[in-house]
Amino acid sequence: MTVIEYIIGLSGLIASALFIYGLKGMSSPVTAVRGIVIAGWGMAFVVLVSFLGIVNVSDDVRAHLPVNIGLAVLALLIGGLWAGRQGRTVPMTAMPEMVALFNGMGGGSASAVAAVALLRHQESSALHLGVTVAGGLIGCISLTGSVIAWAKLAGHMKNPMRFPGQRPFNALVFVATLALGVMTVVTGMQGAENAGIYSGLFFAGALFFGVCMTMPIGGADMPVVISLYNAFTGLAVGLEGYVMADPALMIAGMVVGSAGTLLTVLMAKAMNRSIANVLFSNFGATSAAAAGPQGEMKSVNADDAATTMRYASSVIIIPGYGLAVAQAQQKLYEMVKLLVAAGVDVKFAIHPVAGRMPGHMNVLLAEAGVPYDMIFDMDDINDSFKTTDVALVIGANDVVNPSARTDKSSPIYGMPILNADQAKQVFVIKRGQGTGYSGVQNPLFFLPNTTMVFGDAQAVLSKMVESLKALGTS
Amino acid sequence: MAITSMTFVIALYIFMLAAFTGYVVISRVPSILHTPLMSGSNFIHGIVVVGALSALFSATTVPEQIIGFVGVLFGAGNVMGGYVVTDRMLAMFKPSAATTTAKNAANQKAAS
Repeated sequence: MTVIEYIIGLSGLIASALFIYGLKGMSSPVTAVRGIVIAGWGMAFVVLVSFLGIVNVSDDVRAHLPVNIGLAVLALLIGGLWAGRQGRTVPMTAMPEMVALFNGMGGGSASAVAAVALLRHQESSALHLGVTVAGGLIGCISLTGSVIAWAKLAGHMKNPMRFPGQRPFNALVFVATLALGVMTVVTGMQGAENAGIYSGLFFAGALFFGVCMTMPIGGADMPVVISLYNAFTGLAVGLEGYVMADPALMIAGMVVGSAGTLLTVLMAKAMNRSIANVLFSNFGATSAAAAGPQGEMKSVNADDAATTMRYASSVIIIPGYGLAVAQAQQKLYEMVKLLVAAGVDVKFAIHPVAGRMPGHMNVLLAEAGVPYDMIFDMDDINDSFKTTDVALVIGANDVVNPSARTDKSSPIYGMPILNADQAKQVFVIKRGQGTGYSGVQNPLFFLPNTTMVFGDAQAVLSKMVESLKALGTS
Repeated sequence: MAITSMTFVIALYIFMLAAFTGYVVISRVPSILHTPLMSGSNFIHGIVVVGALSALFSATTVPEQIIGFVGVLFGAGNVMGGYVVTDRMLAMFKPSAATTTAKNAANQKAAS
């Protein structure tokens, strides 16, 4: 090994240590910001040091070096500046789809590394080629799958695309892609002329399979899917790290691969679904037609609801994605401050999948300035509903649907829910009479202790703030 | 580095240890941090840009250069985007701000 190789190798070691230390920091709110900054320094360091690699290239590459360095700097600038701009300007509500997009780019990058390694076909042992192809396959699935997930969450693709015989078709695409992958390995080992054709077809097949796999999955399940593809990209990066003989990529990739898998399992668990169920069940396809409205909904205007809350002793607020869509978090916190000033005990109850990703709603509330100690996880607060005067549901639906507890035929049966229905009085702020993201009718809205407040969350909350101000705090 | 069966076995050791590390580091995370954490781990696999860079540096043909360029482009997007987004989210979770707000609320209650 030359000195340069040692420096590059050690930079990867330092970066890996900083990544793990940073990730550990990110797992607690107290050290989270420091965690990402530490990981960031590790990344900046290892990327800069990797430029030393140009000293060591073989002679046949030297002539191309100026062009290659130019291309590298250009790609870093364009990719970095574009993504940095996107990341800084994206609204917090659109965060899940942004993460999906960045994750897809990582998968694309990993499969590009695989493609270059195949094009060069130097060390053509079966093992080496096999790992290259496996990483390329997973990276490609992550790339196109994430793009589809992004399109669905960003609203560019409203309905899940399903057709009869889709599952056998997808299985066929997958098997064909695997076969092409095997052919790529076999022809690559022989150094055959047609190796390029097979690997080209293989990458096309893998990209197409990512699309096929993600198309039939409904928008509500996208967070789980994004998290799964995050783990996929990690795995692909780890495998390509082996191909490039770079332990830093192997470690960082595999750490993310396993952490991402665990996160995916946790998310699926919060929705009471298995990952297989999310990927293959065509959730929501049959439920939309089931269960019409049961009975009449009562409704009340915002002023009366505000007055009731003002003179209640305890209020639990259940925010859902509808709140974020209406951009009403600030207004909500304004109202909460008025209630607290009037001596009402106010808490926020967060369902694990509130928002579009676990923890998404916490981010949105934190953005509006809501302090930590008012926000409670489902397990910590669910027993308190029985003794609570008012439960205020804003833009949430499926996470407070009592049929998840009682109705075995309901598609969301068994999903853990917030027991809003046990509060003495339930107010539901809702735009109209439609169903939730899962397409399931919600019996909560028809309970005797439930009263609807129809209207846009922003408008309703503004009215509530006004009437609370009029009532005063004493 | 020559690829021998020994280096492959060492690679498996690295993978095994890294997988356990990832599992242990994440396993006790409060659910409020799931979204930033997903984004943070998304940033970390952006290290693939280093692999893409070294692939591009040693490119000798135009197809290699094109694919390498795309790889670095995507990898850079993954790194920068992942970092900026995670940092923005985590910055909102400042614990000091939260405790001060809580203290202020307590003071207000005591005053009124």
